[in-house]
Amino acid sequence: MDDKVVLSLENITKRYPGVLALNNVSISFQAGEVHALLGENGAGKSTLIKAVAGAIDIDSGIIKINGHEYSKMTPSLSRSLGVEVIYQEFNLVPTLSCAENIYLCERSEKSVLFSAKEIEKKAVKVLDQFGVKIDPRTMVQDLSIAEQQIIEIAKAVSKNVKILIMDEPSAPLSVSEVELMFKIINQLKQKGVTIIYISHRLEEVFRISDRVSVMRDGRYVTTKNTKETNRQELITLMVGRELKESYPQRKKSPGEVALEVKNLTGNGDRNISFSVRKGEILGISGLVGAGRTELAQLLFGAAPMESGEILVNGKPVKIHSPLDAIQHKIGLLTEDRKGQGLFLEMAVKWNISFPIVRRISNYGVVNTKKEDAIAQKYKERINIKTPNLLQQVINLSGGNQQKVVLAKSLAAESDILIFDEPTRGIDVGAKQDIYHLMTELAENGIAILMISSDMEELLGMSDRIIVLCEGALAGEVQKENFNQHYILDLASGIH
Amino acid sequence: MNNQTMVYNKFGARLGSILQKNVPFLILILLVILFTFIAPNFMSVGNLRTLIRQISFAGISAVGLMFVMISGGIDLSIGSQIVFGNVLLAIMMVDWKLPPAIAIPLILLVGTGLGAVNGILCIKLNIHPLIITLGTSAIFKGMGYIINQSRNIMGFPDSFRWFGQGYVWGIPVPVIVMVIVALIGAFILTKTYFGRQIFALGGNEEAARLAGVNIKRMKVLLFMICGFVSSITTVLLLSRVFAGQTITGQGLEFDCLTAALLGGVSFKGGEGNVFGLMVGMLIIGVLNNAMQLATFPDFSQTVVKGSVLLIAVAFDVYQKNRKAKETVTKVAA
Ligand SMILES: Nc1ncnc2c1ncn2[C@@H]1O[C@H](COP(=O)(O)OP(=O)(O)OP(=O)(O)O)[C@@H](O)[C@H]1O
Ligand SMILES: [Mg+2]
Repeated sequence: MDDKVVLSLENITKRYPGVLALNNVSISFQAGEVHALLGENGAGKSTLIKAVAGAIDIDSGIIKINGHEYSKMTPSLSRSLGVEVIYQEFNLVPTLSCAENIYLCERSEKSVLFSAKEIEKKAVKVLDQFGVKIDPRTMVQDLSIAEQQIIEIAKAVSKNVKILIMDEPSAPLSVSEVELMFKIINQLKQKGVTIIYISHRLEEVFRISDRVSVMRDGRYVTTKNTKETNRQELITLMVGRELKESYPQRKKSPGEVALEVKNLTGNGDRNISFSVRKGEILGISGLVGAGRTELAQLLFGAAPMESGEILVNGKPVKIHSPLDAIQHKIGLLTEDRKGQGLFLEMAVKWNISFPIVRRISNYGVVNTKKEDAIAQKYKERINIKTPNLLQQVINLSGGNQQKVVLAKSLAAESDILIFDEPTRGIDVGAKQDIYHLMTELAENGIAILMISSDMEELLGMSDRIIVLCEGALAGEVQKENFNQHYILDLASGIH
Repeated sequence: MNNQTMVYNKFGARLGSILQKNVPFLILILLVILFTFIAPNFMSVGNLRTLIRQISFAGISAVGLMFVMISGGIDLSIGSQIVFGNVLLAIMMVDWKLPPAIAIPLILLVGTGLGAVNGILCIKLNIHPLIITLGTSAIFKGMGYIINQSRNIMGFPDSFRWFGQGYVWGIPVPVIVMVIVALIGAFILTKTYFGRQIFALGGNEEAARLAGVNIKRMKVLLFMICGFVSSITTVLLLSRVFAGQTITGQGLEFDCLTAALLGGVSFKGGEGNVFGLMVGMLIIGVLNNAMQLATFPDFSQTVVKGSVLLIAVAFDVYQKNRKAKETVTKVAA
């Protein structure tokens, strides 16, 4: 690695109504380095990279790329300078095929006509690098979240990229895909590409980054060589105080069976049986495409089940729609917050109260006092950073949007809660809040199913883990036998 | 949180955003001022009363249309529903000799039924309402022509005259009805959980479904509301014209749609409010009225109205784009 600076940001400031998202930020990035960017939810990381990409106009400051100074950046200009961005949330066209998405807007060298064959062939090659089997002709809307993310990465990598910015690229991926991604990052690095890597998973930062910069409350804090720092120091820099990481202990042991599933089949899953007790946290592990989200959808009535039985508190129930599930006090936190979880244009408090808006209404009229109280409670409990509760959700940072989804599912006061990737994109501090909240829920007799691709979290929080592999149950592991390798093997179908 | 969430009260920025939000209202005021100078009798009490009565018919239907639009749908068959209802109501009272007290509730039921047809077709065929209602529009209108048999149906009881031609404290009855319908609409949209669900449906259908909203039932219900509201218009229009003709009500959805778009109801759903809608309606009323005062020929009036619709749509799209550009990537959270 030479010390040539390819990108430097000087005194960048950006205001939004009520928020100073970037406050005089200066950072520089060198050729061929993997530079991690850390900070709490709402620290301004995404805003900063959007400034580099020209996706937003900055109020003041200078962006220097390869020695040229730009005070105004546009998307096409940054593209032409070799900057590619994988945004925190997807930028794919759902109704186009994977190949078309990867080569969107790119002209063929051979012919003036668009050739589906040609781009499909090219797409296969790119996707092969990832070792994933995705048919390039599949429409993006038919892919899982993780597969979509792989398409996003493929799209960026297929270009002649000089500076690759990745905003939480690993959030929707599980361990094995993350490994693949790291391999690709290393290849790019060899070629001299600069990579800016944003993540809330600190272990990843230590795995692949050369340097790491920390931001807090819209300001630049410091830059360190990754080798010369440690986890605790980075957390302290991010949060601005000492923070102890731990998984809270539970005092009570689980009670009676709350939910039992017998030979559940449908939505791509086959013959799945398991049960969860009141006050128990059941972890659900598996690789991408193992059918975890599909299982959650089945249990919640969001997808039709073909055969099998669901018992709630020992009684068989029919769940044909989400409404049925809600009536049996089952709640779901969806993994796809933008597609299924949030009303992006609606106020934060409207989102949080939506599942119970009927319950807090008198003669159909919403009791706004109750609504405000509930929204305020969760805003404080899990620290949703927003200037006020009337802010449109679309204006929150990614992690804070995730907190709104979480608040929404908590406000519903379900007896059985299914969390699909609850802490995706959430910072270390807020994760602690959420773990404590989950523990408290379990102590109060709520049965929790937690799907997570974060192995540490799964091992730390669960009482028991079931592992899915290719749509079927691959095994069940008790707390005393928890072992990351064993679970991974089960998930890959080795045992 | 410290100075990051510091609120900065830049007066200019605030004023800017207030104006931005009220562009249609400003346009309305500018138009009024303009026409006051151009056409001397524009500002007379008599003319204003005519103007407001003119828009009241479309104004009532527009409230129903807005419910459908906020939920992400559209109803192009409003005018044709009125054509059919209008002829049927005339036949009920003249041919079948039903008293208004029976005929009117019946026609309200029929109108609600026409809406239900739209809604049920939408959810059963799973085709966009734009296409469904384009089709039913032709059907309803055709049915109106069939039962009308090219007659000019007359001879209603005198008691029926009040609805379209009467006054209460000097205010035309249709205007009063419009205000009541608008107020009820605003109440439902902003204060009730049902209103919340309409916005949610238009904002993110899948999220609404997962939150336990019965979206199919909602869609049918909203079309029924639209049909019901429009059948109120039917009654008022027939009473105003006092003759059953197939021409009454034709193309009414055009004004409703233009008003909605002018007033900030989004074509994509999830956004809209009654105040904006009424402002949009008034803009159309002022334009119509001024063109009549200036004795524009009919076709030039059509050209102007068409242009206004396009401007309204362009405005809707412009606002969307501006929002989108603020963060090309709100996508990027
Ligand atoms: N379009 C917008 N309108 C208003 N405020 C905004 C907008 N976009 C971002 N913000 C605010 O700017 C701040 C920084 O947001 P940003 O998305 O950069 O955070 P982040 O560091 O990427 O957080 P996360 O880890 O949650 O993704 C937040 O407080 C957010 O609410
Ligand atoms: Mg972000």
